Amino acid sequence: MKIHRALRMERCIGCHSCSLACARLVYKSVSWDRAGIRIRSTGGVSSGFQAILCLACDPAPCAAACPTGAMVQRKSGGGVLLKKSLCIQCGKCAAACPVDAIALDVAGNPSVCVHCGQCVAYCPHDCLELVEADQTTAAPCLESCHVER
Amino acid sequence: MSSDNDLFRVLIYDLERQRGDLVLIPGRRRFIGGSGLAALLYEKYGLPGAAPFDPGQPLIFAIGPATGYFPLMSKTVCGFKSPYNSNYAESHAGGRSALALRFAGYDALVVTGKAAQLSTLVVGSRRIELINVHYLAGADVFTTGKLLRKIASGASGHRSILRIGPAGENGSSYACINVDTYRHFGRLGAGAVMGAKNLKGIVLMGDSDLPLPDDKGYAKLFKDIHEKVTSSGMMEKYHNLGTPANVLPLNELKSLPWRNLAATSDPDADKISGEAFAEKLLMHNAACSGCPVGCIHVGMVREMFSTSHRFAIHQVAYDHEPNFAAGPMLGVVDPVEVLAINDMCDRQGLDIISAGVALAWAVEATEKGLISEKETEVKLTFGDAAAFKRAMWLIGHKANEFYALLGQGTMAAAAHYGGGDYACVLGQEMAGYATGETYFASQTVAFRHSHLDTGAYSYDQKHKEQDVDAVVKFLVDDERERVLLTCLVACLFAREVYKPQTMVDIMACLGHTELAANLDTAAENARRARWRLKIATGFDPMATHIPKRFSEVTTWKGPVDAVYMEALRQGYARAVAELGAPVAAHEA
Ligand code: SF4
Ligand code: SF4
Ligand code: SF4
Repeated sequence: MKIHRALRMERCIGCHSCSLACARLVYKSVSWDRAGIRIRSTGGVSSGFQAILCLACDPAPCAAACPTGAMVQRKSGGGVLLKKSLCIQCGKCAAACPVDAIALDVAGNPSVCVHCGQCVAYCPHDCLELVEADQTTAAPCLESCHVER
Repeated sequence: MSSDNDLFRVLIYDLERQRGDLVLIPGRRRFIGGSGLAALLYEKYGLPGAAPFDPGQPLIFAIGPATGYFPLMSKTVCGFKSPYNSNYAESHAGGRSALALRFAGYDALVVTGKAAQLSTLVVGSRRIELINVHYLAGADVFTTGKLLRKIASGASGHRSILRIGPAGENGSSYACINVDTYRHFGRLGAGAVMGAKNLKGIVLMGDSDLPLPDDKGYAKLFKDIHEKVTSSGMMEKYHNLGTPANVLPLNELKSLPWRNLAATSDPDADKISGEAFAEKLLMHNAACSGCPVGCIHVGMVREMFSTSHRFAIHQVAYDHEPNFAAGPMLGVVDPVEVLAINDMCDRQGLDIISAGVALAWAVEATEKGLISEKETEVKLTFGDAAAFKRAMWLIGHKANEFYALLGQGTMAAAAHYGGGDYACVLGQEMAGYATGETYFASQTVAFRHSHLDTGAYSYDQKHKEQDVDAVVKFLVDDERERVLLTCLVACLFAREVYKPQTMVDIMACLGHTELAANLDTAAENARRARWRLKIATGFDPMATHIPKRFSEVTTWKGPVDAVYMEALRQGYARAVAELGAPVAAHEA
């Protein structure tokens, strides 16, 4: 099982190509917010960029917080899945996520990364990667300590 | 959004009444968006006969139909009546402004009236608010940005912060509007119009989402264009060294203005080349939102402020034109100093090209004894970066009568002190290309007086023969294609990617089928509307003037031919007068 990691954010230019791609391809929307990945400056554009992205927790606090079983842990690892038809837009998942990875739209529908990797190809600087979930290299700390393999 | 819809969704915000009106204005099929939309809105809301600072004048921000939907559709057009020349004017900027406006749900924002106190306007998809920020009076651009991030919180990473510095508050004719730290509505004084409205900042929050276009081919068309942009090498020069890659070739072609255009090449060019900047100072690149190219080059200035090795660090965006204006034009050849001058200028909220060129004139006027330290407070000499830094502050703060005048433009100062012959002004202070007759004549007459209005700078670099008709035809044709781009509003760096057929495909994909079929006609309509407005606000193309200095220049083609240059100016001016002729009643 693969998971999505923002491995090389020190290269990020803040173009939003990744989040716009996710919005387009996964969430069928044209948006900055309705996307599984969101790029923020860490305090003004001169201070560099951060990817707000699902870390694929196991167990996942968002799934545990969901009162209807709409947000479920994927059995094989690799994050969570949202069953849209079961979601009552209560926002508990978003509140439970420790890294703010779930965005709620106006109606309260959650968007979260499903670790599909479609955005990866749109990043011009190779900041993003799908990695094996069970490898030690999958640690989120790689954002700042990545070494070329 | 993706229906074949003729309506523009425009927020008109009146600072006086502190309220907005959301209006749906027909005209998409005739005006496209961007440049065309700004002209349409100025026609509707502008006061062509009133002064630029009349509270009733609109300050317009318009985006295009493809903004947010395709890569590099990343610019916003600002339309306003310029305090620099009193004409209807446009300035373009990127950053996040275009996408923020799109995702806030508007094709354009029009600000009218004057706020009772210094204020900041916050516009999102579900929020419109005017915040009193009287305590920011006099704050520099970067401080203002930092504080506005707190004052107008929300939509972090997905908002655009437009703001002015002291120069805008003080009404300098070339005060700019800073966008997201590294981009600017630079030229012709949009920042002063904002200042006259008592508007310190505008925060655009892109917090909604839009449906995908219905067209099944959308994802593929996007992918094809994205691939062209990222892997074809077309954009290489913009993201590698960036526009400063031009320095050595321009210097080689005797086309780089040095020391108030006393020369067009200099052996020191390699010190301030794009290569030198990249090797010594480049820290990182940044991009406008929605653009994978990332042409914004950010350099680092490390300044020791105490002898015990205490440093201040400034991050300063650079490009060819700011570098030229703070570098060769002022005889400064240390990249660190170039950036430091730029940084000070940026903090004041001044357009660096105008301010740099104005100071170059001031140095020569000092050398010739027309002005002295009595006026300039610091001794201005070519190469003295510290003096220029101080002078930037003095212009921004309108420190005395001299700087007040210089802040109205080089010609305003020359009208008072003399020295108009060597004022490097082509409609406004020249940009960093001294390529020859075509360029000088075209920039004098062209709409924004910008080097990007037409391809004149590259025409000069390729053509030695003299043929007035051929040049005028080239300028007129080339402008039409550029206006189509500025209606959409694509970054002009993308003009190799966004060829006419691609733009037709995009319009069709977005559901604007009727517009797609008549895109050229609409672009021509927008172009003429712009010219009509410029002329209606007092511009007389025939009365434009090329100062003497430009006929003393030598380029790779040899000495400039003043007679030929004047013929070009007149030829192009006639063409423009025709383009901007009033519409006959039966055509309107
Ligand atoms: S959405 Fe948040 S809580 Fe849920 S798995 Fe991802 S990181 Fe963990
Ligand atoms: S991996 Fe898939 S779901 Fe996650 S951010 Fe990228 S495109 Fe969106
Ligand atoms: S696509 Fe890459 S460079 Fe652009 S914002 Fe996303 S991570 Fe950063």
